[in-house]
Amino acid sequence: MDGRTPFAGTALQKAVFPNKLLPYLLLAPQVAITIVFFYWPASQALYQSMLKEDPFGLKSQFVGLRNFAQVLGDPDYLNSVKVTIVFSVSTAVLAMALALFLATAAEKVVRGKGFYRTMLIWPYAVAPAVAGLLWLFMFNPSMGTFAYLLRSAGYRWNPLLDGDQAMLLVVVAAAWKQISYNFLFFVAALQSVPRSLIEAAAIDGASSTKRFWTIVFPLIAPTTFFLLVVNTVYAFFDTFGIIDAVTGGGPAQATQTLVYKVYNDGFVNLDLGGSAAQSVILMAIVIALTAVQFRYVEKRVHYA
Amino acid sequence: MAKIELTDVRKVYPGNVEAVKGVSLSIPDGSFVVLVGPSGCGKSTLLRMVAGLESISSGTVEIGERVVNELEPAERDIAMVFQNYALYPHMSVRGNLQYGLKNRKMASDEIARRVDAAAKMLEIGPLLDRKPGQLSGGQRQRVAMGRALVREPAAFLFDEPLSNLDAKLRVQMRAEIRRLQRRLGTTSLYVTHDQLEAMTLADKLVVLNSGRIEQVGSPMDVYEKPASLFVATFIGSPAMNLLPVGEGGVPGVSASDHLLSPGGRPQILGVRPEHMRLVAETDATQPGDAIFELTVNGVEVVGAESFVYGGLPQGGPEVAVRVAGYSHLEPGTQVRAATSHDAFHRFDRESGRRIVVA
Repeated sequence: MDGRTPFAGTALQKAVFPNKLLPYLLLAPQVAITIVFFYWPASQALYQSMLKEDPFGLKSQFVGLRNFAQVLGDPDYLNSVKVTIVFSVSTAVLAMALALFLATAAEKVVRGKGFYRTMLIWPYAVAPAVAGLLWLFMFNPSMGTFAYLLRSAGYRWNPLLDGDQAMLLVVVAAAWKQISYNFLFFVAALQSVPRSLIEAAAIDGASSTKRFWTIVFPLIAPTTFFLLVVNTVYAFFDTFGIIDAVTGGGPAQATQTLVYKVYNDGFVNLDLGGSAAQSVILMAIVIALTAVQFRYVEKRVHYA
Repeated sequence: MAKIELTDVRKVYPGNVEAVKGVSLSIPDGSFVVLVGPSGCGKSTLLRMVAGLESISSGTVEIGERVVNELEPAERDIAMVFQNYALYPHMSVRGNLQYGLKNRKMASDEIARRVDAAAKMLEIGPLLDRKPGQLSGGQRQRVAMGRALVREPAAFLFDEPLSNLDAKLRVQMRAEIRRLQRRLGTTSLYVTHDQLEAMTLADKLVVLNSGRIEQVGSPMDVYEKPASLFVATFIGSPAMNLLPVGEGGVPGVSASDHLLSPGGRPQILGVRPEHMRLVAETDATQPGDAIFELTVNGVEVVGAESFVYGGLPQGGPEVAVRVAGYSHLEPGTQVRAATSHDAFHRFDRESGRRIVVA
């Protein structure tokens, strides 16, 4: 309540439950889910991150923050941080820019608008690992159709050996899947910009490019900001399937993001303590990132 | 400063829907022309065609001496005030005012001069650094006016600019718009569905009905000599009383044969409520007066005046009579109303056009 709407405020304050237990019962399912799926695993990770297991997994010993020291001093880990930054920024920017472009184009479609939109939304229904496989098949150096085309055009395409190409491939695959989602939000945002504002700007002598950047873009900023948060989180966490299917983190760790490294160190290399320390760091990074986004980026966003 | 000339302008939407069916209209330089009509009559479409926001299916629109059919809105040298104001919500009031000038790459000292002048004229100086969201309806309206003003265009286009304001503010802004337009002498085209706005603002009133012009004239001309039944009922509140006249005259109305004779064609007689008066049984009526025998259905007290609504004995349309002050008549009371025969308007029953009595 912001205090400006006295009726809404008082109405809500007066909604007192006669039963003392009922409110807690109503909250219980949500709280239970959060505890079981977030607080409990998170606290386990926190606990685990301070343990070190012996090579046979028979006993573990408390080592304090030594796991963290080891992880942060590991050049592989620092490389993974760099990879994650490149991957996340590229994926978010590419997914959002393309989605915005497609959404503005969809606005201009006169006939078959619904069909066009539906087709653009479909990729979102594809599971990350499947999306990864699709792109892998298309660009696999030995059997991919597009890889064949690229090579016959004289381009040395081999993402299995070239780290930059591998990165490009996972970025495109990850962005491709997220475009649909972003598209949907951008279409809705564009529709909510009053037509008369654009007409007024047209009369005010702004070209259509200028209208877009000075009127439309600032007005859809809340959506853009929301998508920025969502896409960053997506690139950080939900792209594991794509990376696993397309590159498996390689070649030579060129596409090993933080999440992928957590998995690799913990479940493949069975360094549970180090993996847990990494996931705690990852959690801190995402919390910090989201906080920063809300603190600084949101200030520049105009909510109508 | 420029005149605006519309020649046989048509608007056909896909699916062969004709919104504007051939409108020719001449708006002299510096005059204030109001397009009035019910919703869906094509008045906004017509205005938007002049603005360039709507393509012109056929006919020509000239602003100044230029045919502007193919010009972009920005190239037509017009400014428009929208019904919802269409202020840019993310810009300050100053930002809103100077947006159009900046787009035209005007020198910054000239921009500042114009913005300050407009702000002073509209008394929005203290609001320049606020955002539109922090303004009241009336203040937004002023800013919208200011944005049109700073451009110093050849013509102002108004699209129902006052319909989002409350009644009191509307009256105030109406007077202000009129005063500003007089002072600046800028050609203005104003669209409204509010007949009171139309009457008070216009130099020239254009009544539109389903895409066609019904009548063009000065407000008093239109009021006193409505060209058709449509205009007669649209302008004036309460609407003009209409009485279909058959061979046997109008039951319950006594008058000279001359008045009630259909004159060959079926007619409709019209008389405005203010041209009728209640008379006592004993009152001597003027020769040539028509006398109505009415049963009171209800009374509407406006304040300075009241309207008595009554029915004729044989049914038919209700008749409204204006009475000065407060009427205490109870429903069911029998009254007589009189009206002078020269207060009658005659319309052809088939075409609805006014019959000019020689």
